[in-house]
Amino acid sequence: MEVDSAASAAAASRPRTVLQMLVRNSSVWFGGVVLAVMLLTALLAPFMGTIDPSNIDPIYRNKVPGTERMLRLEDGSEVPIKHWMGTDMLGRDVYSRVIYGSQISLVVGLAVAVLSIVVGLVIGLVSGYIRWLDGIVMRIMDGLMAIPAILLAIALMSLFNAGLGTVIFAIFIPEIPRVVRLVRSIVLSIREEPYVESAVSVGTPLPLILIRHVLPNTIAPLIVQGTYICAFAILVEAILSFLGVGIPPEIPTWGNIMAEGRILFQIFPHNLLFPGIFLAITILAVNILGDGLRDTLDPRMAKRLG
Amino acid sequence: MLYFLIRRILATIPVLGMVALFVFFMLRLTPGDPAAILAGENGEPHQIEGIREALGLNKPILTQLTIWLGNILQGDLGESFFFNKKVTELIAMRVEATLSLAIVTLIITLAVAIPLGVLAAYKHGSWIDRLVMGFSVLGFSVPVFVLGYFLIFILSVQLKWFPVQGYKELADGFWTFLHHLILPSLTLSVIYIALIARMTRASVIEVLNEDYIRTAYAKGLSNKVVLMRHALRNAAVPIVTITGIGIALLIGGVVVTESVFNIPGLGRLTVDAVLGRDYPTIQALILVFSLVYVFINLLIDLSYTLLDPRIRY
Repeated sequence: MEVDSAASAAAASRPRTVLQMLVRNSSVWFGGVVLAVMLLTALLAPFMGTIDPSNIDPIYRNKVPGTERMLRLEDGSEVPIKHWMGTDMLGRDVYSRVIYGSQISLVVGLAVAVLSIVVGLVIGLVSGYIRWLDGIVMRIMDGLMAIPAILLAIALMSLFNAGLGTVIFAIFIPEIPRVVRLVRSIVLSIREEPYVESAVSVGTPLPLILIRHVLPNTIAPLIVQGTYICAFAILVEAILSFLGVGIPPEIPTWGNIMAEGRILFQIFPHNLLFPGIFLAITILAVNILGDGLRDTLDPRMAKRLG
Repeated sequence: MLYFLIRRILATIPVLGMVALFVFFMLRLTPGDPAAILAGENGEPHQIEGIREALGLNKPILTQLTIWLGNILQGDLGESFFFNKKVTELIAMRVEATLSLAIVTLIITLAVAIPLGVLAAYKHGSWIDRLVMGFSVLGFSVPVFVLGYFLIFILSVQLKWFPVQGYKELADGFWTFLHHLILPSLTLSVIYIALIARMTRASVIEVLNEDYIRTAYAKGLSNKVVLMRHALRNAAVPIVTITGIGIALLIGGVVVTESVFNIPGLGRLTVDAVLGRDYPTIQALILVFSLVYVFINLLIDLSYTLLDPRIRY
């Protein structure tokens, strides 16, 4: 334990080495770069050679990837465009829909990660330090954990009208107990440390102990956990949309594009293929980033999981 | 041992009770009025009132809770308003498909994941190890429905090896039954294989550093005997534990897989119930799935003494 705290103290006093370690880690590089490209794509969607993703054109429906045609603009002029991912059954450009769809996926992933970390952190800190509350909170968390996460998210969607906010809510609720357990386990081990004991003995108030001594120890594991939650949230959002219980179908999301594409997928697989590839690559990048962060920021956890 | 057994079984009661409370209050504490949502946008006030009465929502909340819990304990999960049937009957009709899918998936998973994990641990650091780990990260990242349609397109539509979608009951003949189940089970097993192969590898690597493994090699035992009898047996507890925790992934996966492959099981029923806002069915399905999940993990906890005689309660 002494070696451990000495090592983490050393790491904290030399933040540059942690940064250098992160930069040298190839997983962090790969995941980070792919994710940065995705983020840029989402932010710059209107400038990525896209057209209006909800532009319906029955004449050009179900065109294979690479079809070229003239698009009539609102002012009456015509411009040549190429549907290099084809069109869907309403004649909408799949490329534009996939690019715009990345916005929803990334927003949901980030929002769920941040929300579940913040809420889980607060509950975990409080229940790890206040004994009488701990029992009650942990029983509630055990109950929540006993309901499979995807099932709970799907069921929660039946309570609301579908929308971005409710989707984020439905995905974030099942993630809370995982964060609470992680934070609580850290709190329980930290509160026995000599430096916390000495802080208590000189009369440091509880909130100050939590913020000054306990909170810093949770940051690294929570960044790692947050990355995995982000990947899972992107996956669950796509599942909800795909099953028809998520974001309303008129908004292009990867799950929605695939849900519409499944009807004719035997003849026109491109409607499923392209959003599927984007979805898989994004989740892969976030997971690989998480593995890299875990190896550099949280070596003890990395060792346990191999 | 008996004392532990009783205590462990009793410990599941508060968990399941919490699930039941959660399921109950989920419907009552939401900001929207479920009766109004059910009645739809054009619902007349008297229709909403009728639905409220049918759901028992007009009684005091504690009375509702007592009635509801009492009914559950008697095995009455309520009546579906979407299918106009008892929920227990609905579940009974659909359970075979889901159970078959889960069992075939579990068999495929264990048959692939454990040898893969042991091999990766044995060849720790080699290209085989990296390949297995790479597959594991990939398996976690490719969504089950993306993979499902990919496999259907290649193996069913192009190569015509398997039927495209659908389910055949066991009564239709074992081979037809299996033929329809292989592709969905394969799809569903990938994420589960990724999880278990990874844990097997980590767990076996740790055991392989133990002194008794060196002794076993020194005795002149073959690789196979050392790996299977000494390493794997000692690594079994974490592997079995993660298999149990992974059941949650499997249940989530069942819901998606059944939609992709058009299998009339409990997963499909869940989606239909959510789309139809059939609250009694949704509540019952959460209860049943959670009960199964908790019960399997209970069995796994109890199996530790069989797997590892050092563990005593």
